[in-house]
Order: sequence, then C-alpha cells, then structure tokens
Amino acid sequence: MGDLFTNFLSGSVPMEAYLGVSLIMFFAGVYGFLSRKSLLMILISIELMLNAADINFVVFNRYLYPGQMEGFFFALFTIAIAACETAVAIAIIINIYRNLTSVEVGELDEMKE
Amino acid sequence: MQYTLLILLLPLLSFIVLGLVDSKWKPKVAGTIGTVVLTIITVLSYFTAFEYFTTARLDGVYQKIIPFHMEWLRFTEYLHIDLGILLDPISVMMLVVITTISLMVNIYSLGYMKNEKGFERYYAFLSLFTFSMLGLVVATNIFQMYIFWELVGVSSYLLIGFYYTKPSAVAAAKKAFIVTRFADLGFLIGILILSFYTKTFDFGILTSANPAVFSGFAGVTFLGFSALSWAMALIFIGGAGKSAMFPLQIWLPDAMEGPTPVSALIHAATMVVAGVFLVARLFPIYVDYTPHVLHGIAYVGAFTSLFAAAIACVQTDIKRVLAFSTISQIGFMMVSLGVSGNGGHEGLGYMASMFHLFNHAMFKGLLFLGAGSLIHAVHSNEMSHMGGLRKYMPVTHITFLIACLAIAGIPPFSGFFSKDEIMAACYEFSPYMGAFMTFTAGLTAFYMFRLYYGIFWGKEHKHEHTPHESPIAMAFPLVFLATITVFAGFIPFGHFVTSDRANYDIELDNMVAGISVLVALIFIALATFMYRKESDIPKKLAKSFSGLYKAASRRFYIDEVYMFITKKIVFNSISRPLAWFDRNVIDATMNGFASSTQWTSQKIKGVQSGQVQQYAYVFLLGTLLITALILFI
Repeated sequence: MGDLFTNFLSGSVPMEAYLGVSLIMFFAGVYGFLSRKSLLMILISIELMLNAADINFVVFNRYLYPGQMEGFFFALFTIAIAACETAVAIAIIINIYRNLTSVEVGELDEMKE
Repeated sequence: MQYTLLILLLPLLSFIVLGLVDSKWKPKVAGTIGTVVLTIITVLSYFTAFEYFTTARLDGVYQKIIPFHMEWLRFTEYLHIDLGILLDPISVMMLVVITTISLMVNIYSLGYMKNEKGFERYYAFLSLFTFSMLGLVVATNIFQMYIFWELVGVSSYLLIGFYYTKPSAVAAAKKAFIVTRFADLGFLIGILILSFYTKTFDFGILTSANPAVFSGFAGVTFLGFSALSWAMALIFIGGAGKSAMFPLQIWLPDAMEGPTPVSALIHAATMVVAGVFLVARLFPIYVDYTPHVLHGIAYVGAFTSLFAAAIACVQTDIKRVLAFSTISQIGFMMVSLGVSGNGGHEGLGYMASMFHLFNHAMFKGLLFLGAGSLIHAVHSNEMSHMGGLRKYMPVTHITFLIACLAIAGIPPFSGFFSKDEIMAACYEFSPYMGAFMTFTAGLTAFYMFRLYYGIFWGKEHKHEHTPHESPIAMAFPLVFLATITVFAGFIPFGHFVTSDRANYDIELDNMVAGISVLVALIFIALATFMYRKESDIPKKLAKSFSGLYKAASRRFYIDEVYMFITKKIVFNSISRPLAWFDRNVIDATMNGFASSTQWTSQKIKGVQSGQVQQYAYVFLLGTLLITALILFI
C-alpha cells in the first residue's frame, strides 16, 4: 500500500490501477442504471459509464501508445457527445415530467402495446 | 401504312380519357369526344382500305402487309408473344365494317342515350369495345387475337350490364361472360395444342400452306383423331361461343338486356362475327389439313341457322327476334365457310361468307338501330305494344323495310347478292345442304316480315302519347346504313376478298338466284297473308302445332337443359364437395395456423413488459454470457 502511494507521488502508477478505477466506475454505472427508479439517477449512471470509457481511452493511449494522440481526442469527443446526450435526455425527461408529473422509470410502459 | 397504328391507339386513348374523367365533364362533351375519335378512325380506315386495295396487289394476289410489329413478351426461343398489325383483305374489310357501324352507333347513341345516367361510362366502354375489336381483327398472331378476344368479351360484359341496377341485365351480362369464357377455354387449349406442335403463334407461318409447319403433328392422335383436328375443333369451339353457334347460343338472346345501340354494334354486327372471322383467318389450315372439321363447322352452322330461325318465328320481343335472326345469319356465314374450298371458284363460299358478313353487319345494324328507334318511341320491346307505326315514323319504317328486304334476299338489296352466293356454294357442296339452306332462308324472310307487319301494320295499339319520329342523331345512322344496304350488293366483292386473295368475278347463278328469290317471295307472301291484317290464322296455327309452338317459344328448352346440367349435376356433384373441402380442409388449416399463432403470442406477451430496466438487465446478461463464452471456450 505504501508502495503504491509512493509510486503515485513519484508519477509511476501502474496502468492496472487506472483500469481498476474505471472498472469500478463502469459497474457502478451499470448497477445504477439497472436499479435506480428515477430517470435522473439513470442518466447520472449513464454518465458514469461514459466517463469510465473515457478513462480507458486516456489510459490506453498514455501507457500503450505514448507517441500518439488518438485516445485523447476520442476522450474529448466522448465528453462532447455526452454533453449533447445529457441535454437531449434532460429535455425528454422534462417532457415526461410534464405529461406524467413523475420521473419514475417504472411508469414508462406505455409503448409496450 | 404506319398510320394504321392510330386506328388502334385513338379509341384506347379515348377510353382512358373518358374513363378517367367520368362525370366531371358534361355528358355532351364525352359523347362528342367519342364520336369525333370514331370519325377520325373511320376516315383512317377508309383511307387504309383505299390504299390497300389500290396498291397491294402483286402477281394478281393481295399481299399481306405488316405495318407494325413488336415483340412483347419473350419466354423461350419459340414461346414469345408479339403484337402487331396485319393487313390483308379480310382484316381491312373488318376495319371498314367495325369503324362504320361503330361510328353510326356513336352518333345514334347521342340521341338514344341522351339523359341516361352514366353517359360518359357508356362512351368509354364503346371506345374500349372498338379498340378491342379492331385489335382482334388486325392481330398478327393467334395469341394477340386471343388477348383482344377476351377484351372484347369484357367490354361486351360491361355493356350488357350497363343498366347494372336492373337484375335481369346483371344476370344477362354474367351469363354472356360465363358462356363465352367457357368456350374460350376450348379456344385457349386449341391455341396451345396448335402452337405446341408448330412452335409458332404467327398467322403468317400458320397459314403459309407450307406442310413443314405441321410436320410436328405427324402421327400424333388422340381418341382416333389427329391432334391437329382436335386443335382446330377446339379453336372453333371458341369461335362458336363468341358467334353463338349451337349449343353455345344461349347467351346472345339474353344479351339484349343491354342498351339497343350496343346490341346493334356488339351483338349483331361486329363481336358476334368474331367466330366467323376466326375461322376465316385460319381457313387455309382448316381447308388443307382438317377438311372434316370444316365440314363439321358447316353442319353446326346449318343446324344453328335453322334452329334459330325457327325460334325467331315465335318470339314477341322485337329485340329477341332480331337476336335469333342474328344467330341464324351467323349460321349462314359458318355454313358458307364450311362448304368452301380453297382458291378460285372452289373458294366461292369463303368469299360469300365474308360478303355476307359485310352486308349482314350493315343491315342487321340497321335493323337494331331501327328497333331502338321504335323502342325509343313506344317505350316497350313487345311487338304487341306496337302496330300501325308506319304513319308516325316514316323514316324508321322505310329503312326498316329496306333492311327486311335485304335480309330476306330480295334483289337488288345487298343481302340478296351475298345470300345467293352462299346458296350457290351450298348447292355445289351438296344439293341437300343447298335445299336445307334455301328453306332456312325462306324462314328468314317469313319471320322478318312477321316482325315488320307486327310493328308497322296491323292493329294500332293505344299509346300513352303519340309515337314520334326519332331525332336527327338517330335518323341519320338509319338513313346512312339503309343507303349502304341498298348499294352494297353491287360492290364487286370478289375483286377484294377471296380465299386465295386473287381476283374472282362473281357470276350470278340464275337458277339458284331464281329459286331463292321465289322461296323468299312465297314466304313473304305467307307472312303478309298471316300478319298484315289482324287475323286469327296465327293463333289457329299455334293451337294446332301447340307442342312445337310452345317448345320454340321456350327456345327448345336449351336454357333449361343448361340449368339442369349446371345446377343439378355440376353444382351438386362437383361444386358442393369442392366447396366443403375448401371450407373444412383448406380454410380450416389456415385458420388453425392463425389461431395457434394468436394463442402463442397471448402466452408470451408478458415478456414485453415495457420496463426499460428489465430489457437492459436481459441485455446485460446476454452480453456477459457472450463474453464468457468467448473468453472460456
């Protein structure tokens, strides 16, 4: 543990550590997506998953292909797209709220028939 | 002669235009369009005839001209369906006949059908009919002929059923369509047999008198007759259906439910002679390879002509009388073709048949239009509602009389010349046939004058209002056709239409002509004696031959025989079991599929909960499963 901390301070954290963080973030997102009842919470879960993917992009680029920039750019793209997606999703959620006065995902089963 | 294509396309165009606009225009506009188009193509047809008969001769023989030809559908090397225009003496003659009668009927209908509901529809159908009939006669191959043959049937069906709110008209239309369709089945099978062995549909090859064409038939027999005989006989059945030959004549009298101008055009002058035209078209095959079938045609024609003439003597509905008279006259044409040989004097019957077809179209069209004029005036078809009309309707009277004299075969009217040639051909075939046809011709004169006296003489019937002469639109066609009827006999027909397309000079056989005129005069005198004044002779005769009279007035129970065969035998023993099988086996299987599908979907529809998170959960599990499989297997 002490070793890890020292490495962190000296800038030599192993890649696996980052991947561990992103893994935890991703599955936290998956769990949130499946278990939360509020649409807003589900949206936040989706953001978590997206950010986990971002971290992977950056980490793989940094550690595996240090001379190249594609991973970083992809991360930037993803952030932009995530922002757009959030805006759209919020708009949809607001409309749902206007119609149903609720943002509970369980009540959104009108489309099944 | 490329412009002949216009003769076909213009009526089609007029049908499409009139059919699409339906009632958006004033009726008068539709009538005018139809009539103008017909006028144009009539002029074109006359021009075609003029150009053809003045230029097309080579070594004294009229050439066949094909101004337009295209391949329409190609299936295999041999099986391909072409469309085209074939001009030869008979098709050019038919062009003239069809367009003339059609134009007259179009003009006549402007008056007759005035204020009828569906006036535009009527003109659209007339155009469709004209188009199909013209396409039929100029067909370059037997399959094109068949296509137009069916189109003619359809337009006939549509026009018979024009008053579609009247149940009898609907029934008549159905009957006409089914009976002719039934006959057309024979036609189709005949075409298929013929073209299977000859590997062609083309009339040019089929009638080229080249024995190699029919070499495929060598040794092929079925039930003791050669396959070629079967094919030609089956093709004749198609012709017999359209031309109302016994025993397929039952539809024609009922077809009189249609508007009278339609009866004049379709069921007297043009469509019903399609069968005659068909036999004439394939005549080289009949006469060279299957003479026994041709003789069969002669016997069928002869029997039909007598049979129909006998029925015509006792009918009281004037249109029915004319209908049976038409059947009888088509019988004459068939006989004439049947007894004919090929070429020169041998081919007299062929020439006579075509001549009679031409004349018959004119005077029978005239008779029907005259009948329409009478019906227009007294609002009834029944002879008993007429009588003494000659004072009120002079134009109709004179023209009707001319047509009666023509059909009875009195010189110098057109019918005399053509009928005389037919008689001459029959006597050359066999004296019995000649005598038989002479008697039938006498009967023709008798029933026509019975009709004439019944309508124009005799006791006056009390009318609701005084009958009046028809308007000019109706009177003009009458006068026009009457003029043709008076002068057509002097057309040197042998110069134009003969079996070998060479020149033939008609010589009147004084003996035959004398006998037939004498017989006609005797029968006319008999009719005059019986029907000119009110007398009880017809009633007495009807009483003393009550069995025969009743049978004839019920058309010899042929309809009843048909009803018995269809209703009792076919429906009960074939249709009903088939219907049962259809309902309880085929439909039930299909219904079983449907209901089991429905049952299954009811059971599994709970899976579709509409809960997004459930879907996502299943999706996740699936992903994990696939990942695991990829990783560990």
